[in-house]
Amino acid sequence: MTLDSKIPSGPLKDKWDKHRFEMKLINPANRRKYKILMVGTGLAGASAAASLAELGYNVETFTYNDSPRRAHSIAAQGGINAAKNYQNDGDSIWRLFYDTVKGGDFRSREANVYRLAQVSVDIIDQCVAQGVPFAREYGGLLDNRSFGGAQVSRTFYARGQTGQQLLLGAYSALVRQIGLGKVKSHVRKEMMDVVIINGTARGIVTRDLVTGKIESHWGDAVCLATGGYGNVFFLSTNAQACNVTAAYRAYKKGAFFANPCFTQIHPTCIPVSSDHQSKLTLMSESLRNDGRIWVPKKKGDKRPPNEIPEEERDYYLERKYPSFGNLAPRDISSRSAKEVCDEGRGVAATGYGVYLDFSEAIQRLGKKTIEERYGNLFEMYERITGVDPYKEPMQIYPASHYTMGGLWVDYNLQSTIPGLHVLGEANFSDHGANRLGASALMQGLADGYYVIPYTIAHFLASNKLEKVDENHPEFKKAEEEAKDKINKLMSIKGKRTPSSFHKELGKVMWDKVGMGRNAKGLKEAIEEIPKIREEFWKNLNVTGESNDLNIALEKANRVADFLEFAEVLAWDALEREESCGAHFREEYQYEDGEAKRDDEHFAHVAAWEYTGVGNKPIRHQEELVFENVKLAVRSYK
Amino acid sequence: MKLTLHIWRQKNAQSKGHFEKFQMNDVSEDMSFLEMLDLLNERLISEGKDAIAFDHDCREGICGACSLTINGTPHGPEAATTTCQLHMRKFKDGDTLYIEPFRSRAFPVIKDLIVDRSAFDRIMAAGGFVSVRTGQPQDANAIPISKEKADLAMDAAACIGCGACVASCPNGAAMLFVSAKISQFAMLPQGQPERKRRALNMVNQMDKEGFGACTNHYECEAVCPKKISVRFIAQMNRDYLKARILKEKD
Repeated sequence: MTLDSKIPSGPLKDKWDKHRFEMKLINPANRRKYKILMVGTGLAGASAAASLAELGYNVETFTYNDSPRRAHSIAAQGGINAAKNYQNDGDSIWRLFYDTVKGGDFRSREANVYRLAQVSVDIIDQCVAQGVPFAREYGGLLDNRSFGGAQVSRTFYARGQTGQQLLLGAYSALVRQIGLGKVKSHVRKEMMDVVIINGTARGIVTRDLVTGKIESHWGDAVCLATGGYGNVFFLSTNAQACNVTAAYRAYKKGAFFANPCFTQIHPTCIPVSSDHQSKLTLMSESLRNDGRIWVPKKKGDKRPPNEIPEEERDYYLERKYPSFGNLAPRDISSRSAKEVCDEGRGVAATGYGVYLDFSEAIQRLGKKTIEERYGNLFEMYERITGVDPYKEPMQIYPASHYTMGGLWVDYNLQSTIPGLHVLGEANFSDHGANRLGASALMQGLADGYYVIPYTIAHFLASNKLEKVDENHPEFKKAEEEAKDKINKLMSIKGKRTPSSFHKELGKVMWDKVGMGRNAKGLKEAIEEIPKIREEFWKNLNVTGESNDLNIALEKANRVADFLEFAEVLAWDALEREESCGAHFREEYQYEDGEAKRDDEHFAHVAAWEYTGVGNKPIRHQEELVFENVKLAVRSYK
Repeated sequence: MKLTLHIWRQKNAQSKGHFEKFQMNDVSEDMSFLEMLDLLNERLISEGKDAIAFDHDCREGICGACSLTINGTPHGPEAATTTCQLHMRKFKDGDTLYIEPFRSRAFPVIKDLIVDRSAFDRIMAAGGFVSVRTGQPQDANAIPISKEKADLAMDAAACIGCGACVASCPNGAAMLFVSAKISQFAMLPQGQPERKRRALNMVNQMDKEGFGACTNHYECEAVCPKKISVRFIAQMNRDYLKARILKEKD
């Protein structure tokens, strides 16, 4: 199979306009004849569902949460990028495009990224029109801050809870359509499978998390907006329920999984304190605007931070990357933190932590300004650690945060299964090998508000779909398979809890497929993962009933997929024999420790095709063509 | 530290619930409250017992899913803190804790500590939005909004929809939640065209769902993890009265 990205011809700047004109439309009166299923109601899912319903389509949404308002998009803190150039500091659509391609270490599609930069401008207008209370200056205009990987201030924010405000904006548009009867909302329902009829995705099977009932739902098109798979590392900044199940089951049905090894490790999280920990908490990257990152120059320096004199501190990011300093991109900042900790200069209880120090900013700007900018983050830090960051530097360390990889999609956001579209973090398309800060919210909303409403019309208008409903044999078959899977999980009756397997998998992934990877470790991981999986299917214990609300069963069902998916991730990391963006292979680095990219052999997307559990999947390639930017060594010095 | 827990167990909405007693002997003070429950659940599953069901997701105080009443107080003893952000260092060795769901007539129990808060979604669907279609609206800076107004709107918008306000109110009122959304839009120019209609529709739906009315106990403000102020209730009442009694139109 050749991967056709369907990138429109013509100059980069005109591609999206031209494509929008060339795509087929559906007449307003005919739109109500179609039904679209939207799995996931985060930023991408909610914005898409609302926009499609506004156009007149019938939409059904699905979330495993009790309300669409709780999706993990809500936890994004820092902001959303847009090429508004409100600050007159030289920003432009072209610059946002260039920064994003460069930030992604030249492993994303130019055309997708350019479209993203173009629509970024509309997103801010749309959100303001909805009543999203972005931060403002005294003159009443919108305020901006800067984020990693950029030298302009293009990030819009709503205190430290931008994701919440944008999600609530999309959610308000969604509930409006629910109230109008154009969207049917299913809550506490988890997708178990995609149903494919005559080669086209025509519906899904879900499990009702309260009653355990397995149900079929048909549609004329299916959209997955089911987020990322960062929880494959067990500890991550993701919400507890975030999982790979929907994406992975689509993969098992024939959707290719692209670049799974591009997993972002966020540099500023609260370090691990002990073994009982269930998650790692992110401290917004925006803190790096005013906080300075350092470790002691001496190894094993155990003095309290305030007693270490200035000349004995190593502000390593400022030293290594003078032009970006503490605002170096996430992958570089994370890796630098790992380096200094591996050298034995780390702080925190485990030796795996670095300081993020606000003392100079407090002196310069006053405590009040810092409180206004970051007050809620400082409070959160104190609540979790018991330490007051106004008095003592924060301790931070990298943690799994976001996944650039995802289901492969073409320019129209359609996967390799016709009719199955993938939006937001669940797809792979825009961030390349590393995502810049404040770009996740931008991409989720771009896909939902401004891309899918056009491309799905084109899909529906170009394909004659037969009439199907839930009684079709393929639905019955998928229901039976889902029931079998649940019964299998319930019937093992072994000794170990679902979480214990998740933890065991997470340790292998973090140690061997984490921030620094090498062939030896990856090969070991590829041997160890199947063993954990085997043990899981022999020794798992799920208590309770399957026809009831059962949190152990929900967890087991998700862990089962992580245990298969982890192997795909490791294969991808092993076969990408270069370092690029967040994927750092220790064998491929320059003498100064910088990542060594191999454009000759790896300027492509790796898209994996399922071939059965435990079998090595087939690696397909989509070559990346760069006509508008020059492939360059990504320097932030 | 050692703790004695009395946890509400209830099979489903139809059955009668009861407290079940658990002894915890190995709680560390760095654990979050929910990590302490994770520990207990791991033990229960290992013993072949049904795990205790509770809602939670982000575990960083923003999604609004967690919803435990701890020793009679929604979200427990620490001010401005959700259950998931509450840490065990706030408790003492030997403490006895009663853990219940967010109780209220309009929040029926689904199982154990999980309640059904879908009434909030229905109130939102009745008017918690600005009716604007996705499209190409005017430039964002074409609507200047003073910093004070924007900040105040943000104070209201910070609501996470957890329902602690309802659980704490002797009348089971949802007025803090509803007023936060009404006030956010009432303070912004974007919210003006539907302001009266919004107040009327959301309040009507709130009443339909079986929530009570405010009699100024202010328990809601005291337990709100996002410190939403009761002044927004006054704002909502003003808008509602103008629409309902004076029959003012938008």
